[in-house]
Amino acid sequence: MQSIGEAFHLALSLVLSGEADLYEIVGLSLRVSLSATVLACAIGLPIGALIAVSRFRGRGLVLIVMNALMGLPPVVVGLLVYLHLSRSGPLGFLGLLYTPGAMVFAQTILIVPIVAALSRQVLEDLHAEYAEQFRSLCLSRWQSITTLLWDGRYALLTVGLAGFGRAVAEVGAVIIVGGNIDHLTRVMTTAIALETSKGDLPLALALGIILLVLALGVNAGVQALRMTAARQAHV
Amino acid sequence: MSDLPITAVPPVARPRDEAAMSRPLLPLRVSGLRLAADGAALLDGVELSLAPGGCTVIMGPNGAGKSLLLKMLHGLLVPSGGEVSWNGTSAAQATARQALVFQKPVLLRRSVAANLDFVLKARGRDRSRRDALLREVGLLHKARQPARLLSGGEAQRLALARALATDPEVLFLDEPTASLDPASVLVIERIVGAARDRGTRIIFVTHDVGQARRMADEVVFLHRGRVAEHSHADVFFPEPRSQPARDYLAGRIVL
Repeated sequence: MQSIGEAFHLALSLVLSGEADLYEIVGLSLRVSLSATVLACAIGLPIGALIAVSRFRGRGLVLIVMNALMGLPPVVVGLLVYLHLSRSGPLGFLGLLYTPGAMVFAQTILIVPIVAALSRQVLEDLHAEYAEQFRSLCLSRWQSITTLLWDGRYALLTVGLAGFGRAVAEVGAVIIVGGNIDHLTRVMTTAIALETSKGDLPLALALGIILLVLALGVNAGVQALRMTAARQAHV
Repeated sequence: MSDLPITAVPPVARPRDEAAMSRPLLPLRVSGLRLAADGAALLDGVELSLAPGGCTVIMGPNGAGKSLLLKMLHGLLVPSGGEVSWNGTSAAQATARQALVFQKPVLLRRSVAANLDFVLKARGRDRSRRDALLREVGLLHKARQPARLLSGGEAQRLALARALATDPEVLFLDEPTASLDPASVLVIERIVGAARDRGTRIIFVTHDVGQARRMADEVVFLHRGRVAEHSHADVFFPEPRSQPARDYLAGRIVL
């Protein structure tokens, strides 16, 4: 067992060495989590927008459920997806279990409620500003939704970022449905959990450092984009 | 006023009555129009008839119900009672043939040109008219600029261009120059005057007596949710018949 200082030094060397295995894990993590984020946005943003512009009986209950689902426990989602994708499950014929596809599936389910709930709030605020103008122009519900999604696009980047953050940092669901198989379904979080349990702290730390740098980098990129948009008064 | 607990018309496609669509919207008949919120009557039995052509200025003290009346005539608010009939067409069905310029322009988070493109596309109008409309309101040189960086006067001119892009038969203006400098006010008045000369029926809410004198062919004076006076401008300004209108024009507080 090395000291934290030694482990940190070794981790930095590993990051800078360009070790293929390390970057394979990083690459898979990004592919899985970005795919899940894109899918979750494709599903969650229209749901959020539809609820933002709609008034119906039971809307309050829908909002409560949607907000509650933001806190879905990843292991529970992993278990449910596992049961559906296992050979005897209803989606077993897809043959997705223990593949990156299953991990994307699980992460998408985890972050759809986050994207839907947060985008609903963003778009409802925007709709409050636009609603009378929309009614004056006799826009259809579909035209209202697409206009809100386009005009709220920079604010919605933060929503996507929240979803990506949840996906890339999540371990419980992907370890159940992916199995943490080397060179196939091993991602940063599952590798960190495994290497820590094996006592290989430099590799775990190296992955942790990369995860943090990625999170910071993505956040900085989105923030820069939002600031540019704000200067052009598009936010 | 949008935070009032009163019913807004939901954004749904309205059935088209082809016969009604082919009729001119004027004359307008408003009978017994009421709007209540939390037990208080905001509009209380408004009776009004408007003939085709010209500019009607709606005046009155704060809280008289001018903006609410405008929104009900435009079909944005559902009345608690009474009727609005645009030559036999309901207010809700007439909305698509009208346009409203709000006191605070609501501009999309896009360029000046894209704001106009949006309306032209949404209302199925010829998009090649965009530059001509921008030229008319003096904003062609700012077409590529973000709309929300425009000054107050420019933003209102863009809102006006957007309203005119829909070729409205009736153009409502809700205190469109309330916070603008005198030069911008005159530009807005010139554009509205040109629309009136082209045959667009203008219904204009203002607190500015000078502006009302310049713009009005007739004046509707509202007081406590009712029409206190409806006169030709040549009659209203020199000899208002109602006491609230006399007090208002004399600069006295109208309760």
